[in-house]
Amino acid sequence: MDVRFINPFLEATIDVLKTMAFIEPSPGRPYLKNDNLAIGDVSGIIGFTGAATGSMALSFSEGCILKIVSNMLGEEIKEINGDIKDAVGEITNMVSGAARKKLESLGLSISAAIPTVVAGKGHSVSHIMGGPSIIIPFETEQGPFVVDVCVGEMK
Amino acid sequence: MGSDKNMKILIVDDFATMRKVIKNLLRQIGYQDVTEAEDGIHALKELKTQKIDFVISDWNMPNMTGIELLRAVRADSELSSLPFLMVTAESLKENVVEAVKAGVSNYIVKPFTAEVLNEKIKKIIEKQ
Repeated sequence: MDVRFINPFLEATIDVLKTMAFIEPSPGRPYLKNDNLAIGDVSGIIGFTGAATGSMALSFSEGCILKIVSNMLGEEIKEINGDIKDAVGEITNMVSGAARKKLESLGLSISAAIPTVVAGKGHSVSHIMGGPSIIIPFETEQGPFVVDVCVGEMK
Repeated sequence: MGSDKNMKILIVDDFATMRKVIKNLLRQIGYQDVTEAEDGIHALKELKTQKIDFVISDWNMPNMTGIELLRAVRADSELSSLPFLMVTAESLKENVVEAVKAGVSNYIVKPFTAEVLNEKIKKIIEKQ
């Protein structure tokens, strides 16, 4: 997997959460993941094509996403509901958009599909290219989340 | 047009959550009079039935997109000078060019802060 694809997603995630939810997540050390099991309780997944084909998922722990969305909406959300799923789709869209902008400045132009959102303990995240994927773990005060990126061969 | 903070703003976005997020940002910068629509078709109905001073619309929406809504607004003699701020998740040059050609008042890329939104709104109002 081309490592040039990792940093734009990492930076975009931090930018989006800082701007929209006033949360500054701390990234951990990236690692390879070989199975489809999601690490969080709710995930947004988006596919992309162009300079490379692949997909990205954002998987949030419950505590983490409740705080993020509560901050975004300016009201306290206590459980994973429609608002949370809607917001995860929107966050995924924004991270993908911001990452694509950064990739474009590196000469890597990609276009993205519409995100899908999956929730529930032990749900799975299937990447278009199969796998393995690179996980960038993040910590927040309210719990962890991961950025899960799987990129196929570059054109 | 209603002056500054008293103006009525229409938020158009297919994601209910994003409408709430923008509403929350608007509240932070002092705009309280806000109404919502889930796509361009519903937005046009709102524009026809009540006095709206300012439109903040997403680009990507089912049924009628933001750019289609913008064209419809500019083509309507009663609405043609309405301030129109387009919101999008990406700043592709071709999109910007298309929106400018269609008569957009300004353009904002997600994610954005309340301050950036405030600046964009102020600039548009100053130009009116």
